[in-house]
Amino acid sequence: MPKLTIDGLEVTVEPGTSIIQAVEQLGIEIPRFCYHDKLSVPANCRMCLVEVEKSPKPVASCAMPCADDMKVYTNSPMAQKARKGVIEMLLINHPLDCPICDEGGECDLQDQTVAYGFDRSRYREEKRAVKDKDLGPLVKTVMTRCIHCTRCVRFGEEIAGVEELGVLNRGEYLEIGTYIQQLVTSEMSGNIIDICPVGALTSKPYEFTARPWELRKTQSVDVSDAVGSNIRIDTRGGEVLRVLPRLHEDVNEEWISDKARFCIDGLKNQRLDRPYIRQNGKLQPANWPQAFEEIAKRLKGVKGERIGAVVGDLADCESIIALKDFMRTLGSTNIECRQDGAQFDASEPCGWRFNTTIAGIEKADAILLIGTNPRTEAALINARIRKTWLAKHIKIGVIGQQIDLNYPYKYLGAGPETLEELAKGKGAFADVLLKAQAPMLILGPGAVCRDDGLEIHALARKVAEKYNMLRDGWNGFNLLHTQASRVGALELGFTGGDLDKMLKGDVLYLLGADEIPVNRIGKDTFVIYQGHHGDRAAARADVILPGAAYTEKNAIYVNNEGRPQLAKQAVFAPGEAREDWKIIRALSEIAGKALPYDDIAQVRARLVEANPIFGAIDAIKPATWKPFGKDGDCDKSPFGEYIANFYMTDAISRASKVMAECTDAFEQGKKEKTGTHG
Amino acid sequence: MSGALKRTDFVQPREFKFSKENMKLVEAHIAKYPKGRQASAVMPLLDIAQRQNDNWIPEAAMEEIARLLDMTRIKVFEVATFYTMYNLEPRGKHHLQFCTTTPCWLMGSADVVKACEKHLGIHMGETTKDGQFTMTEVECLGACVNAPVVQRNGDEFYEDLTPDNVIPVIEALKAGKQPKIGSQTGRQTSLGPLGATSLAKQAHDTGNQIMGEPAPAKKAAKAAAVPTEPKDSTPTDTKPKGKKK
Repeated sequence: MPKLTIDGLEVTVEPGTSIIQAVEQLGIEIPRFCYHDKLSVPANCRMCLVEVEKSPKPVASCAMPCADDMKVYTNSPMAQKARKGVIEMLLINHPLDCPICDEGGECDLQDQTVAYGFDRSRYREEKRAVKDKDLGPLVKTVMTRCIHCTRCVRFGEEIAGVEELGVLNRGEYLEIGTYIQQLVTSEMSGNIIDICPVGALTSKPYEFTARPWELRKTQSVDVSDAVGSNIRIDTRGGEVLRVLPRLHEDVNEEWISDKARFCIDGLKNQRLDRPYIRQNGKLQPANWPQAFEEIAKRLKGVKGERIGAVVGDLADCESIIALKDFMRTLGSTNIECRQDGAQFDASEPCGWRFNTTIAGIEKADAILLIGTNPRTEAALINARIRKTWLAKHIKIGVIGQQIDLNYPYKYLGAGPETLEELAKGKGAFADVLLKAQAPMLILGPGAVCRDDGLEIHALARKVAEKYNMLRDGWNGFNLLHTQASRVGALELGFTGGDLDKMLKGDVLYLLGADEIPVNRIGKDTFVIYQGHHGDRAAARADVILPGAAYTEKNAIYVNNEGRPQLAKQAVFAPGEAREDWKIIRALSEIAGKALPYDDIAQVRARLVEANPIFGAIDAIKPATWKPFGKDGDCDKSPFGEYIANFYMTDAISRASKVMAECTDAFEQGKKEKTGTHG
Repeated sequence: MSGALKRTDFVQPREFKFSKENMKLVEAHIAKYPKGRQASAVMPLLDIAQRQNDNWIPEAAMEEIARLLDMTRIKVFEVATFYTMYNLEPRGKHHLQFCTTTPCWLMGSADVVKACEKHLGIHMGETTKDGQFTMTEVECLGACVNAPVVQRNGDEFYEDLTPDNVIPVIEALKAGKQPKIGSQTGRQTSLGPLGATSLAKQAHDTGNQIMGEPAPAKKAAKAAAVPTEPKDSTPTDTKPKGKKK
């Protein structure tokens, strides 16, 4: 363990720690542009120069490992002079366009020039100009501002797995470019906006919208998939302007998917901002008492078994428990959250959670993907798999569709037959799994959203048990979900109803459920739709109750791992829309079955009562292993594709113009791709 | 690729395949590197592709190389754009690279360039209409002793050029003949203008020993003693030595 002195402070660090990391441990700041703690170290910006005793020249602290008895000075005259020189050099070709630059106010170059640079320019010669690149509808480029830190190139190579950006030409003509004007096709491309230390890569939808100091920042969680990425919602005057990732090492690290980042303009379109009642076949605007009265009138005398409730993909846990309690008071057990028709066994938490945990993926040495495309279904889980593959070159096998993943895999087969063979110990991948120290499998929605889902669920369990995926401190069985509400609803037991029966019942309560087969809803069924978007199901509704989107309420979402996380209210819901649990609470009173909670603290107490995991926010309580699924024969048909278009999967993203542009730019292009396109 | 040449008036071929003979070379280059490190062969492969494809590398060739070496296309593109000797746009059959760096310029490279531009009817960076000649400006080719210098297709040097003797070279190339490689004034390699004068001859004349050669028989002993006994040296002996002191 090297022991060194930094600015007179003695510190002992792990072997291999670079000086910049050691300095950070002491809380001292070293300016940097190219160094990023999640990326490799190219040491090409030279901004982190420090003085090291006995070294005749300043040393790039990001690339220099600590050694015993080193004496480092981070703020000596030599270090200061070196930084001044570097800043001056970087500014040679950097335009002085900060007033019209979107990065202004949160620009590393701007901040560090003020902190470490000269107070005036000595440069009188001409600056160069670089042609902008077309990186698609999400990332705007102003390449003249680029200082060639290569963070975006390294992000593409190391995290996103799309090696489309590169450093072209040299010297005065050096520039960051793509291969012959190609789009950057990644579901995580938005992150290059965050890591760009200057205004070369900025957000296109957010272009010229706001300055960082005008924004109110709210820490929240994302609901565009079941990963539960931690996000920061930036708002101004009741409008969500942008979403940025928030560091959570165990969930999303520093990244979020493009959908999480850019679908927010959908929050402004097609919103339900007042109650509606269907009169004479047409939805007419109404007020809350009228809507509640209409429902109460309709509920009167209806048998509990003729009432059903379906929870949609974006519902929060508070509204789920309120709806569950409400249905119980109505005498109904017809409740279901698997609106897509997924057939897995919902009785045991170990059967539906991502038991390995997202951070746990990094410990795995063999991964079996069954009927899943993690790239579209959970982009950040896929990034974690890729990270693990990059670090250890683990073996990955795929059963299902032959998908375009950004790491190599062994294709095993298309459907349940291959899984059956594997369960019997046959097949090419059996050896790999047997030899693995920490094997894991990910069962995707493509494998369970079918009639024989229960059997496949059991088959996957057998595979997990056979290949020793369960042992002390290791659980390699994972069911991947794509819906933010799903695991929360499962934890609260919002299952058990027969979807077909419910669709044909007398009253159907849809809590943001847009993925149900709307055309199969019975002609005389009274449909209550509570949600925030006029999407697929709202058009069929008889009464619409306007709810709040995830940015508009304080709510708990449980991610795929079983980790409850808090979403915080960033703005108010539009018009007369209200927080969802309050709507159900109010309705229950008018229906004569008042629920026993009046504020959010009481609802949360009820959540904890229903399931203790809600007592500890951001913690995972490992599930004990119990048998689940149903033994039986599986259908021979291959596993299908679950998400056809990554950019449009829920009511918010379907209402988003940016996501529509992405669909045009990326998904159309994908279809034209042939085998030679890598 | 650096700035000066940016053409769009050409068509990228759809396909590129290494010829049979070149494929053998390609395989030999790949075999030089350990497994998993084939990417190291990217530079020779680009060179082979350029030679096979009339002095330039089309996109299809870069894609083929990326495939052969299991690299991403952008990585090949990065290398190809970094080095100025890889041409990414069509060049004439004879790609003439004129050195205009200081020594060549001092020796009159500007006049040579002017004469060629006039003779071929093109400017620096352009290709003749018949696709025979491309003129480009390059930095030092490392043959300053024989300045001014022109390089053809990355292989042949024409040296000691003047506005007069460069035209026959071009005419010979036009006629499909092989002009004389090297000095165009007839001097041998880099022999000085006074002929084969050198320190060796002077040393021989003065009877001094040259390192690595047998000592001159006659005055050897005397010469060796010279530095310590300057008195003994004859006037003819001391002349060069005095200069050295």
